[in-house]
Amino acid sequence: MNKKTLFDKIWDSHVVAEVEGGPSVLYIDRHLIHEVTSPQAFAGLDKRGIKVARPSQTFATPDHNVPTIDQHLIIRDELSRTQVEKLTENCNRHSVNLFGLGHPWQGVVHVVGPELGITLPGSTMVCGDSHTSTHGAFGAVAFGVGTSEVEMVLATQCIMQPKPKKMLIEVNGKLGKGVTSKDIVLYIISKITASGGTGYFIEFAGSAIRGLSMEARMTICNMSIESGARGGLIAPDDTTFEYVKGREFAPKGADWDKAVTYWKTLKTDEGASFDKVFSFEAEDIEPMITYGTNPGMGCKISATLPTGNDLTDNDKNTFLKSFAYMGIEPNTKMLGRKVDYVFVGSCTNGRIEDFRSFAAFVKGKQKANNVVVWLVPGSKQVEKQCIAEGIDKQLAAAGFELRQPGCSACLAMNDDKVPEGKYAVATSNRNFEGRQGPGSRTFLASPLTAAAAALTGVITDPRNFL
Amino acid sequence: MATEKFITIESSAIPLPIENVDTDQIIPARFLKATTRNGFGENLFRDWRYDKTNKKIDSFILNNSKYSGKILVGGKNFGSGSSREHAAWAIADYGFKVVVSSFFADIFKNNTLNNGLLPVQVTDNFLKKIFDAIEKDAQTKLHVDLVNQTITIKATGESEKFDINPYKKTCLINGYDDIDYLISLKDKIEAFEKKS
Ligand code: SF4
Repeated sequence: MNKKTLFDKIWDSHVVAEVEGGPSVLYIDRHLIHEVTSPQAFAGLDKRGIKVARPSQTFATPDHNVPTIDQHLIIRDELSRTQVEKLTENCNRHSVNLFGLGHPWQGVVHVVGPELGITLPGSTMVCGDSHTSTHGAFGAVAFGVGTSEVEMVLATQCIMQPKPKKMLIEVNGKLGKGVTSKDIVLYIISKITASGGTGYFIEFAGSAIRGLSMEARMTICNMSIESGARGGLIAPDDTTFEYVKGREFAPKGADWDKAVTYWKTLKTDEGASFDKVFSFEAEDIEPMITYGTNPGMGCKISATLPTGNDLTDNDKNTFLKSFAYMGIEPNTKMLGRKVDYVFVGSCTNGRIEDFRSFAAFVKGKQKANNVVVWLVPGSKQVEKQCIAEGIDKQLAAAGFELRQPGCSACLAMNDDKVPEGKYAVATSNRNFEGRQGPGSRTFLASPLTAAAAALTGVITDPRNFL
Repeated sequence: MATEKFITIESSAIPLPIENVDTDQIIPARFLKATTRNGFGENLFRDWRYDKTNKKIDSFILNNSKYSGKILVGGKNFGSGSSREHAAWAIADYGFKVVVSSFFADIFKNNTLNNGLLPVQVTDNFLKKIFDAIEKDAQTKLHVDLVNQTITIKATGESEKFDINPYKKTCLINGYDDIDYLISLKDKIEAFEKKS
């Protein structure tokens, strides 16, 4: 029998047609949209005089642009306000599910999808946002697309895509104290580089991955694209089914039983082949932090930074340019560097588990005076749960406050901008030049490392507190 | 959106001999707040074209009236970085029909094709010849023939073949796009939905 990988099984079962000399026509089960990359797609439909083909399969929520305080007030930035209003108007006109500002289900698209059971094992899912890879944690084929493709899905529920190559990344063994899934993925990208995954779809496997919660798995798949990959996925198992069960848009009753029976078949066949395989040991991973201007420029928090002397001239120039932007010298240490801002949030680390672990970490201690700390829940439901569990009070006692849900300082399209030249420890996913505001400098790390920096005002090994 | 039919184009070109031009340079993030596809041309290469006080930077090529045309010729690895389709929109909105380079980033290439903009990938050697020809005569003409997949420097008659996915080529020549094609598959899509 033809042996297939998990990715093949899902992809192949969604191909509607093959185009000669071209890409596959792929059926999309569920589609997420937000205010920034959808307005032009709706305008395209209007121009053609057509309606959204399957409105019940598209789900919308504003996130990229929204303010994270006073969300009940009108949005002050006129352009942001127009985009959010346009989203509402388009969704209403086309009967698309919308969780608008103030709605109990509003939040960052990739946090909302899983928590509502919109994300399901074995499904195909796209969104006009590169971090759609997050949903792969459920054993779905999920990836980001451009606005033309958003329009294709709205118009026909299909897109045209060439099939990517397949990569397997195994992580085996037991994670050390203070080491999180964020550290796993930063470690992987530092090893395979920010372009090492280009052209591939990654399957993550191995005992260290199996042992992770759904939230932690999402963090890994979320950042799979920072290696250049099209997306990442993890075979569904009991942890997955338990998470999905009972959620709003998940199957119920007999449908549920039928679905689980099918989902249990979703794993890579023994002996199926991958185009590329990597294997890592969990014991080798420590709390990680990035020092440069792409997510591949990361190291163990206690390490001495590279000199770049082993690089070719061209690469060394890029390397030094990055250090100059960051205001950092090669061959120095990250530990002890001053931090001005701490951002906990985004579709990478803005889930309930992240706030639980941050709150537990800072309990009984106090925020450092020199840092501004933005704690931004990934969704309204995360915010609500923080309040229900008393996390907001624990945080307040340590000098922190929770903001309201949105992408916030992950891409700084709203007012949450890190000022020019300032340093931020961020739990988000990109440390590009100017990503958190013009001239901002970003160190990517886990919520625990962010908490340690928030308490001490400098880069600190979180294990010192554990 | 159905695009204009594309068969041949003969035009002078604007040279941008810089490598690794990323989409953040083509259209900076702060201009992504629009709700239409139009108007992005105004902010094409915004931070190279205008200084902090919104004054034109004379030395930038788009501000030099000596150069004009519907063909943009860029250095190697053109269009890397963020997947924003706004980059392709900005170039098309400015009035370009063709972008020439010796290497394009994957997603950018896809985005151009989805917007009726033709990416022509040439060899490093031919790219240099184009830059040289434009340097000699700012108004020198390039001829791009999509049917035969050739690009020619008119002044010297030198020509090179370029690659394009046959499906995408048909789309451009007929002025239809993926969405038209997908809509034509309506019955197949419905049959697929029934089956699963
Ligand atoms: S949180 Fe950041 S990465 Fe995630 S969807 Fe928002 S902008 Fe994109």
